[in-house]
Amino acid sequence: MPVWQSLFDELKDHGFTVLAVAMDQPESARPWIEAAAPAYPCLIDRDHHLADLYNLVNVPQAIWIDEQGRIVRPPEIAGSTDAFRAMDRKTFAIPDAVIAEHKRIKTLYFDAVRDWARRGLASVNALDEGRAAARLQLPQATIAEAHARFRLGRHLLRQGQADEAQAQMAQAIRLHPDSWAMWRQAAAKNERGLAAGPEFWARVDALGARHYYEPADIADPQVQ
Amino acid sequence: MITLLHEQRQTRWPEAAARGDELWLDGQAIEQATGWTWKPEGLCRDDVCVPLPRAAEGEFERDGLLNLAALWRRSGQPVVHDAASRTWVLGTGAAQRSAALATLQAPDFTLPDLDGHLHQLSSYRGRKVFLATWASW
Repeated sequence: MPVWQSLFDELKDHGFTVLAVAMDQPESARPWIEAAAPAYPCLIDRDHHLADLYNLVNVPQAIWIDEQGRIVRPPEIAGSTDAFRAMDRKTFAIPDAVIAEHKRIKTLYFDAVRDWARRGLASVNALDEGRAAARLQLPQATIAEAHARFRLGRHLLRQGQADEAQAQMAQAIRLHPDSWAMWRQAAAKNERGLAAGPEFWARVDALGARHYYEPADIADPQVQ
Repeated sequence: MITLLHEQRQTRWPEAAARGDELWLDGQAIEQATGWTWKPEGLCRDDVCVPLPRAAEGEFERDGLLNLAALWRRSGQPVVHDAASRTWVLGTGAAQRSAALATLQAPDFTLPDLDGHLHQLSSYRGRKVFLATWASW
């Protein structure tokens, strides 16, 4: 992501780093990483271990972690919006007003990251313990089992047990229907490597009024 | 051989260890596979010991072996395996994950980059970390 590279370039001398994790297979992530040639560490998490540890459901979710290893913002969507859902599916056009709102939210989010990198806990978006804890989304037992089955499925797939692997991943998806990461990782991909076929759109449409990218509740650092 | 997956550990054990939903391992194997140590007071890690439950003779403990799968399930944590009982995942339970997150200490992990070099989150202490996920899919 170019915006992560500019954040890193701008702030690496302020005691800040980007740590990028691809919840992806190494061979799928490799061309993107090689094209972007990021200066920050770019890790590969082929079994989505991070999603299990931090209760993640989609990308790009990000976590802000301070110098002591404390979570000052729990997982949230990092600047993306549901603008793609307003796309005309024949012409691929997105209304100007939707694009403008998308850009506003993305800018707001990354300005907030900059403000935190420079000012630390004085940043309005660095949450104290009470506020951070209140925003944590904790997993249910079904989610814990889903991660175990997903892990088993990924392992069996590498061992060449494709049918059993798919069955385990399908069970994981049934147990954790909110996880787009599990669904898209397991789904069939198009020629560009995207799980963006009719089944994806049907699943997106089934969200109704719910979000694909849950909006992050970010305060404008300029206003405070 | 039995393959046992727990968190980021992957270990292999003799076939005889697994029967259906049962997984019988000795103390050394349990420690290597999970990081938990079998002591007289129970299963221990760091300063925490979980006592073995009172149970019918031979349900959890037999001939110097523990039925780790049964104990794991008893603690409310997921245990899943393939149809042949050859590959097992001892998952971490929702209560355990939730308790770790509630401390607000970022759960630590070690992952490779494309070149296979390992990076550990906690080695970035002293810096602010913007931990960000992405994917090609």
